[in-house]
Amino acid sequence: MIVGKQKPISEIWDMIKDFKKIIVFGCNTCVAVCHAGGSKEAEILASLLRIKALQEGVDMTVESGACERQCEPEFIQQHLEALKAHDLVLSIGCGAGVNLLSAYTGNTPVFPGLNTEFYGAVQQAGHFIEVCGGCGNCILHLTGGICPIVRCSKSLLNGPCGGTNNGKCEINSEQDCAWCLIIERMKQLDKLEQLFAIQPPKDWSRGTYGGPREVIVEHIAADEKNSVGSTKERKS
Amino acid sequence: MAVEKPHAVPENFKPDVIAFACHYCAFAAADLAGIMRLTYPTGVKIIRMPCTGKLDHLYVLRAFENGIDGVFVAGCLEGQCHFREGNLNAAKRVKHIKTLLEQVGIDPERLAMYNLSAAQGPRWAEICTEFTERIRKLGPSPLRNKRQKA
Repeated sequence: MIVGKQKPISEIWDMIKDFKKIIVFGCNTCVAVCHAGGSKEAEILASLLRIKALQEGVDMTVESGACERQCEPEFIQQHLEALKAHDLVLSIGCGAGVNLLSAYTGNTPVFPGLNTEFYGAVQQAGHFIEVCGGCGNCILHLTGGICPIVRCSKSLLNGPCGGTNNGKCEINSEQDCAWCLIIERMKQLDKLEQLFAIQPPKDWSRGTYGGPREVIVEHIAADEKNSVGSTKERKS
Repeated sequence: MAVEKPHAVPENFKPDVIAFACHYCAFAAADLAGIMRLTYPTGVKIIRMPCTGKLDHLYVLRAFENGIDGVFVAGCLEGQCHFREGNLNAAKRVKHIKTLLEQVGIDPERLAMYNLSAAQGPRWAEICTEFTERIRKLGPSPLRNKRQKA
């Protein structure tokens, strides 16, 4: 899922202080799971901003709302009328939600209330870890299901580096060395010999380095897109 | 640095305090305090909860938004929660809400968590007195002043 973290109130306040009628709009999917941007967090943030406005003597109304998924038009459609009735939508969905909402709210601007951090997994309640870099070219089958792209500080494809120290990373001594984890896992799977194969340089253009990406699913997408072929990535 | 902007404390200021009290301990302790004819400040208004684990951020924030001077949460002694760990979860939540309050200019000292057992009637009266005194020194909630002016 996408993991987000709410911006500090002071930063949010600086963004919104000149608006009179604001709605804090959450998303009940990924960012709700990481306790940063669901309907509950939207209510809490709205309450905090009302308190802040009272403290600062600013005449402002702050409401709250949420939809199930801000990154899909069919989920935001029913809320658009209400959103457009405000001077500002403060979205606490991920960046994808902010982008999509912004395309639909006409003259009402959409500001981000949280920072989209990473694609993560739940380590334990309230603890999320980055486990996928969305690099567009998955090699997890070669690395025992442990992603060296984000879990290795240097994104090494042929590790470990000389900085590995008793299973910890030289960049951060609290951080596990991803390549130690990979080796242990491959030993467990009895596939250690696979690691002797040298991985060639990665095609990073299929990740965020190659510009905006797009995936088109032929049997679902609208006709105008069908001509480009099945599940075709624009940058591939 | 003070969290709240300096404001005058009126003479004879009597703080309004909300106590979120667990049904199994603090609320029973308050009951016992009553039976024992103990006196404690009248500004403390009790809201009974099935467990302090039920405490929601919004209960506290809305109370402050509406001008309450102080809020305390009273749960079972650590390790004695009727629902195993509701009081520990409440303590974590209180800690978090304190950081939120600080960010919007409300002194986190206006919120506190206490633990006591159902048998501690005198301790209940002591907590109410002690917390009310703390709030009396801090003065009225800055939001209460704002609301009165409005």
